[in-house]
Amino acid sequence: MSVMIARTFKPSTLRRIGLGLCLALAGGIGWAQQGAQPEPAAVVEPKPLGGPLLMRRLTESQYRATIADVFAPDVAIAGRFERGLREDGLIAVGTSHGSMSAFSLEQYDVSARGIAAEVTGEKRRAQFVPCQPKSESTFDKACATRFVTDYGLKLFRRPLSPQERDRFVQVAQAAQAKLGTFHQGLEYALIGMLDSPHFLLRMERAEPDPQQPGTMRLDGWSKAVRLSYFLTNTTPDAELLRAAAHGELHSEQGLARQVDRLLASPRLASSVRAFFWDMFQFDGFNDLFKDPAIYPAYTTAVARDAQEQTLRTVVSLLVTQQGDYRDLFTTRETWLSRPLGILYRVPVATRNGWERGEYPANSARAGILTDVSMLALHSHPGRSSPTLRGKSLREIFLCEKVPDPPANVNFSIVQDAVNRPGSTARLRLAEHNDNPVCAGCHKLTDPIGLTLENFDGAGSFRAKENGAELDLSGSLDGKDFSGATGLGQAMHDNPSVTGCLTEKLYRSAIGRDIAGNEEPFVEYLMGRFEAESFRVPALMRAIALSKTFYAVSPALDQGPQRTAAAAAKKGNRS
Amino acid sequence: MTQLNRRTILRGMVNGAKVGMALPFLDIFLDVNGEALAATGQRLPVRFGTWIWGCGFIPERWIPTAEGSGYTMPPDLEPLAAYRDQMAIFSGFDVKLDGVANKPHMTGNLGLRTGIPVPTETVRAPTFDVLIGEVIGQGSRFRSIELSASGIERSYSFRGAGSPNPSEVSPVALYQRIFGEGFQDPNAASFTPDPRTMVRRSVLSAVTDDRQRLMRTLGAADRQRMDEYFTSVRQLEQQLELQLQPPAKVENFTMPQAPAETVVDADVEHVMVNHKIMAGLLAQALACNQTRVFNMLFSDTASNLRRSASSDTHHTLTHEEPVNPKLGYQEQVAWFAAKSMVACRDFVDALAGIKEGAGTLLDNTLLFAHSDCSIAKSHAVEGIPMMVIGKAGGRVRTGYHKAGRADAASRVGLSIQQAMGVQVEKWGTGSMDTNRTVTELVA
Repeated sequence: MSVMIARTFKPSTLRRIGLGLCLALAGGIGWAQQGAQPEPAAVVEPKPLGGPLLMRRLTESQYRATIADVFAPDVAIAGRFERGLREDGLIAVGTSHGSMSAFSLEQYDVSARGIAAEVTGEKRRAQFVPCQPKSESTFDKACATRFVTDYGLKLFRRPLSPQERDRFVQVAQAAQAKLGTFHQGLEYALIGMLDSPHFLLRMERAEPDPQQPGTMRLDGWSKAVRLSYFLTNTTPDAELLRAAAHGELHSEQGLARQVDRLLASPRLASSVRAFFWDMFQFDGFNDLFKDPAIYPAYTTAVARDAQEQTLRTVVSLLVTQQGDYRDLFTTRETWLSRPLGILYRVPVATRNGWERGEYPANSARAGILTDVSMLALHSHPGRSSPTLRGKSLREIFLCEKVPDPPANVNFSIVQDAVNRPGSTARLRLAEHNDNPVCAGCHKLTDPIGLTLENFDGAGSFRAKENGAELDLSGSLDGKDFSGATGLGQAMHDNPSVTGCLTEKLYRSAIGRDIAGNEEPFVEYLMGRFEAESFRVPALMRAIALSKTFYAVSPALDQGPQRTAAAAAKKGNRS
Repeated sequence: MTQLNRRTILRGMVNGAKVGMALPFLDIFLDVNGEALAATGQRLPVRFGTWIWGCGFIPERWIPTAEGSGYTMPPDLEPLAAYRDQMAIFSGFDVKLDGVANKPHMTGNLGLRTGIPVPTETVRAPTFDVLIGEVIGQGSRFRSIELSASGIERSYSFRGAGSPNPSEVSPVALYQRIFGEGFQDPNAASFTPDPRTMVRRSVLSAVTDDRQRLMRTLGAADRQRMDEYFTSVRQLEQQLELQLQPPAKVENFTMPQAPAETVVDADVEHVMVNHKIMAGLLAQALACNQTRVFNMLFSDTASNLRRSASSDTHHTLTHEEPVNPKLGYQEQVAWFAAKSMVACRDFVDALAGIKEGAGTLLDNTLLFAHSDCSIAKSHAVEGIPMMVIGKAGGRVRTGYHKAGRADAASRVGLSIQQAMGVQVEKWGTGSMDTNRTVTELVA
């Protein structure tokens, strides 16, 4: 008997935006409300479907935050990090894919040795080592066991099994025997824990669900880890570990208490920041270069501060002010530093650091799309690119996929336009639109990107291009407007924008793509987001309190379950 | 009884024994009068590496008009003229798409390196440098070293989908990684193993202690990821094991100086400088057995190289520069294509500049240089330019131009793997599937 798995798309509320050949090719999904009477979104969470147990690698920012929280923020991390793998637009999804290169492990080991030396070294051991050995030269098993147990819990985000604990205590003992001192023993036990896959990867475990016999649930520790990295981008704190130990996360009340506590913590801002850094693809700044002769104001300091500016705007609007996500596209509030002042051509009084700024009401700028970060990242080294800007905007904010250009295109007409004196990007790109092979996609990207042509490849304002007046008219999904502020308003009003954010935030939370039959849940979240006036922390709360977020069912290829109980029954070590 | 000849060994099978480090030292390897012997009496290892330049070439300036050894050096290959005898030029070999969508600057490149054209960056097999590394890379400190000279944090060496071997982009970081902590001077007068190294090794074995149990708990995809983790741990263990033994003496080795900080970006003049420094450091690393496999990305396949104060990049020029009617090609694109061959010469110079045995490091290296396409303007994957430079310790024949006549480019990849001892009789999929060794290259 064959089993049919139904895909429960609901064409009434979700539809693919028909944007012609280009989008059909890409298979991109756009979220949109249809017609004048949108169906009310589900107010009750659909029955949870359950996804696979995940094995996610810590991102660089998670690794750093975790070390800072387990030890101290000033403990140095000496190793370098491999660039995160971006899958379906998010590094957060990439953490469930790909593997660890020899380079990465080598570098994790460099970090581990540095951290362990600092933590157990003479200078700081009183701060970090929870007990004192009877003597530095004889092995103190009790103290070593305590050290391993304490840090094992914090680093593996669950208690060590007796076998794991004994193994690291033995490492400490053997190291002391070889090297002489008790603390050197601890140092090497700690290196072992920091190099372990149980630290570097978030390995989830399931257990039988007593409330629903015959089904599995995430164990309390794994729930704590999902929750913690989602809401705070770091490891579970002591209170969350305590709640996990007492099974409190399995009750609605207990879970809600922790969720609200974490949402109120200053760590929420770090998590929002990390998510938007990922969504905005700011890792692209790692190999973004601008020609210094053409853009002398663009420096490494500008590249760094430009990202920070946008992320500060995000955090202050979405977290501090609990504002409406859509206002990111229209807000005139921003942040400025000295290096940025040069590019924005405004005086910045603060010598070192940041001050609040505002894009003046009569200026061409408003909203984060007119930040230097967005404008410079999606441009060429020596000129702007309406196509790259339009493409990135569709992919980042509207969850659409714009395909690569066809391989075999005759560029000769474009060449003529490019090399005409006084040419503008609009003139050059007009040639693409006369060419049916190109037009499909360029119609998606260029009418958006051309409205940003007031800004050069580094994001500075310009009134003209090559001496020619700029035509800033454009359109987005049937809505006409002019200039960057018009674009910001059109984005603000575009219903796909909030749907896309919902989808991305949820994908980031679960570290995988959403299956077709999970769309009702995403719809439910969209409804909640709307009902909460598009406040992002409220959306995060809805996800963190949902049953779906924690539901697991073994994937088809997931042979035996990762369960503590199963391992114990078989009498396996750890 | 299997007949023991050089070819059967190179094919990797001698009575079922896998060729690798464990291979007995057989005279038949030394087909050039035992040249692959160092003065110290040790067998010189063979090295393999790739060198990529982006955006193809100008055919009329690069492809020799005649085949075989008597060709006239074409203008863009002129910088490499000194290496004529150590160089095999392959033109007219195609990446066969079989209807797979051609992702510009990617499909041809990865098709060449995996034998399987893909419409994305998601490879369906490891790139062949990884397969070669599994055979010849054992026992060196790094399984491979990846480098990128144009500031782009990219690599086209993949262990699997989503698993690249990341590139070093900074000469200073490269120096630190190879010649910083953990490096042992091969010619140091005395050797004392560091007890901490022994402890570190036992730490790693504690980390891998519950491997079997852990693997049983994982689904197939995660099992593979975990397996890779353990492979990387094993590599680290090997580094430590090497540090516990006195390093093999290396003739003519002098510890390189730490490079000065340089500007890392895509300005072609900066790239040339960084590339040259990296090539020099890499050559030294190869000479003293830090690695035997490398991948250098001179320019990305959609080359971001640019000339100072120009608003164009090499890549945008390929699409936007008009063909010069007098010359018949794009003049500025040609400038970058020619410059890429000058860079290639710099790289080969670095290998040839190191004396090894009776010859040079280049004589014991197989360098495979290639681009991602032939004509960048149209992203053509037919006739992607390729070269084999170096003698690979006598394992390959060089000194000629071979025209592929639209044969599958995988023939070259297959032959190189066979030369390096990978057990492979056929390679590639669909029209790229081939068992036809290029006999001019591998006898």
